[in-house]
Amino acid sequence: MTVILIAVSALVVLSLIFGAVLGFAAVRFKVEGNPVVEQIDALLPQTQCGQCSYPGCRPYAEAIAGGEEKINKCPPGGESTIAAIADLLGVEPEPLDAEHGTEKETAMVAVIREDECIGCTKCIQACPVDAILGAAKQMHTVIADECTGCDLCLDPCPVDCIDMVPVETGLQDWHWQKPANIIATDKEQAA
Amino acid sequence: MDLITLHKFDGGIHPPQNKDQSTRLPIATAKLPEKLVLPIAQHIGAQSKPVVTLGDTVLKGQVIAEAQGFVSANLHAPSSGKITAIEERVIAHPSGMRDICIEITLDGQDTWCEVEGIDNYLEAQPQTLINKIQASGITGLGGASFPTHVKASADPSKIDTLIINAAECEPYITSDDMLMREQANGIIKGIEILVRIIQPKRCLIGVEDNKPEAIAALKDALKHFNDNTFNIQVVTIPTKYPSGGEKQLIEILTGKEVPAGGLPSDIGMVCQNVGTCFAIYKAVSKGEPLISRVTTITGEACNQPQNFEVLLGTPVSHLLELAQTNASKVHRLIMGGPMMGFTLEDTSTPIVKASNCIIASSKKELPDPAMEQACIRCGMCTEACPAQLLPQQLYWFSKSSNLEQAEAHNIADCIECGACAYVCPSNIPLVQYYRHTKGEIKQANADKQKSDRAKERFEARLARQEREAAEKEAKRKARAEAAAKKQAEKKAAEANAPATSEPAASAPSADLELLQKKLDASQAAIKKTKEKIAAAQEAGDTEKAELLDGALKKAQEKMKEAAKAIAEAKKAAKAAPASTASDMEMTPERMQNKVDLAQSRLVTAQKRLEEAMNTNSDKVEMLKVAVEKQQVRVEEAKQALIDFNNTPVTQASQQAADVEQLKKKVLAAQTRVDKAQERLEMAKEQNLDTLSAFETGLEKQQTKLEEAKKALAEANL
Repeated sequence: MTVILIAVSALVVLSLIFGAVLGFAAVRFKVEGNPVVEQIDALLPQTQCGQCSYPGCRPYAEAIAGGEEKINKCPPGGESTIAAIADLLGVEPEPLDAEHGTEKETAMVAVIREDECIGCTKCIQACPVDAILGAAKQMHTVIADECTGCDLCLDPCPVDCIDMVPVETGLQDWHWQKPANIIATDKEQAA
Repeated sequence: MDLITLHKFDGGIHPPQNKDQSTRLPIATAKLPEKLVLPIAQHIGAQSKPVVTLGDTVLKGQVIAEAQGFVSANLHAPSSGKITAIEERVIAHPSGMRDICIEITLDGQDTWCEVEGIDNYLEAQPQTLINKIQASGITGLGGASFPTHVKASADPSKIDTLIINAAECEPYITSDDMLMREQANGIIKGIEILVRIIQPKRCLIGVEDNKPEAIAALKDALKHFNDNTFNIQVVTIPTKYPSGGEKQLIEILTGKEVPAGGLPSDIGMVCQNVGTCFAIYKAVSKGEPLISRVTTITGEACNQPQNFEVLLGTPVSHLLELAQTNASKVHRLIMGGPMMGFTLEDTSTPIVKASNCIIASSKKELPDPAMEQACIRCGMCTEACPAQLLPQQLYWFSKSSNLEQAEAHNIADCIECGACAYVCPSNIPLVQYYRHTKGEIKQANADKQKSDRAKERFEARLARQEREAAEKEAKRKARAEAAAKKQAEKKAAEANAPATSEPAASAPSADLELLQKKLDASQAAIKKTKEKIAAAQEAGDTEKAELLDGALKKAQEKMKEAAKAIAEAKKAAKAAPASTASDMEMTPERMQNKVDLAQSRLVTAQKRLEEAMNTNSDKVEMLKVAVEKQQVRVEEAKQALIDFNNTPVTQASQQAADVEQLKKKVLAAQTRVDKAQERLEMAKEQNLDTLSAFETGLEKQQTKLEEAKKALAEANL
């Protein structure tokens, strides 16, 4: 009888200790927010361009995490982002939804033709990452390093003085091309 | 002198040496070209910044571009002349891209500027020596062009071995070999300077055994330093490509492996190229900065392959001329070795600090790469890899752009030696795949950083917008509050008196509540009994039904009693405030209200009478009496008003009475609502036809009550 009592009391004590530890851990290490949203958000390109019809990357990530949105609505991220999100969520990757735009080959950056700028500050208000510098009735300019190439400043400009130009690749950014040769057997078949 | 046990590294290949061609002739000093073109980025690290302007006259050895930051190097004018251009030119880079270069048109005088070496340099402070090396713009001459002063600044207490890389394992290249043969003394002196700086326990010079003359020369030179206090040893190692790789050489000489992603200094080693040592010697003892280097010009297209002491910035075409190259025979022009070098598209490309070899190859010698075949998974690449990687896996990951997996398989540790591609029976350009993937990984990391920054900025912007909105709202509220306060002050001033007589709160008495409860209970009981009766009748239990009927009647009586009691209690409650109200001073408004009230009641009473008459209800008589009563009341009220209007009333009392009046209004409305409710309940119980009329009446009273309450609340403000 005492043996059983000892066993039971030992188990009770253990369960109390573990329960306390778990309870403490649940409070102390509580995960703030939805970690899946964070993970998806980390995969998105953060251009904040709104081409997905959400007001930024995070809202889109939240929509995906909530299961109410498809993963193929991010043109700046393109196929690689879709593949990464599909991999994360364990769903089938889908081709990019052309309705929201097409993937650009090269990164773009906004450039203001400064002598045409009238200083209306409309582009400054439109820029989601505060990459445009200027003040009312003063010339504006784009901080090229911070520009995500989202296009959002083009529409508000009343004098159309903003151009999207491809980012110049310098020596620092250059890297080797992927070997382009098709393999010999393929070439024979093609011939 | 203790003997060194040699170790081995995995993999490696034995390609044809092709070194003899360029070792037949001694190192020649290349004659001055007309112009020198010096790229400002000749080293790893930050680009140096030009300090000369167009048209400046420069002397040999003068600084023309200054280092930017610690990991950077100065650039000196290799000869005297005039700066004729600072612009983008083709540089020695596999991309064939252009970069900022300084062009010096030489005057042919080759006039030195004032240079000064350090006397007695072996007794100088290490920092003085490092500063001299740094000022002289010396970078690693083995091919990577890493600024030498950075390596020399390693903490001496952590450095155990200084390794001098004289392996020169890549085919065709003989510049180090020839330098060792001809300048062994200078090299040893340069090594002594390094030893003085780094203070290692030992110093090993690793030379491949295919350079017996160089080994002999070095050993001979060492003999002159009888004391050899620095413990310098020449170590002969077997010829195998790529034993000259820094990590491989360290492994051969010490058996230690440089950790992945780490530096030799992590395991107590510093590795310097033998050519660098000679440059250090020249810089420290004579004050000559790094303005020239030994470069091998070789290949089947050259009639006189040879090593040249070349000024930096000399165009490749000038050297090809000196080596009597048959331009029509040149199939590929390679800078660097055949394994790791890159093809030059333009012969105007200048020689830079890293250019150890130029190969002008014929078509037969280095044919175009054969067509890539499918991987047959033979595993030869894995056997050849000196870095113990899995080239085949890396190939698949690179081909499918699986950057994550490629990284997990340590693609970063690939030294791009080309051994795997050399042995590949399918002619797969493996190194090109790896280089591409490394670039992609770098790009992806840069993109990630940029997107993180964009996210941060976006969130900061959102936070700012929210803050601004909150501030606006707060301001608006503050303004509204200030306005309300002003208004209240104004009102108070107008009122001139506090006028806050205690409200005659007439909370329903406890009695009333009790009675209400009783009423509710009896109602519930009636309902239940009714249900029971219905159930009993359905079941055909007439006896029970009768019994229940009796109970029902009793309950109904009880309910009526309760209702009556409530009505009485309410009347009493009403009387109390009414009595207090009578104590109040009468105002014309109040009187007017009374009149209006009576009038409206009269109207409703009349309406009801009409309704009853239309429906021939038996209540007609009752209602008639009610109408008459109401008429009397209206008359009375009117009279009272007229009477009151005749008596003078003070302004102040009128103001004070306002609130009181409203309160009374609310009370009155409350009682009316209560009454209406009572009536409605009674009607419900008795199933009267006028139920709907009572309901609308109740609603009307309730809205009136609400209005009155609102008015009171406003007035209280």
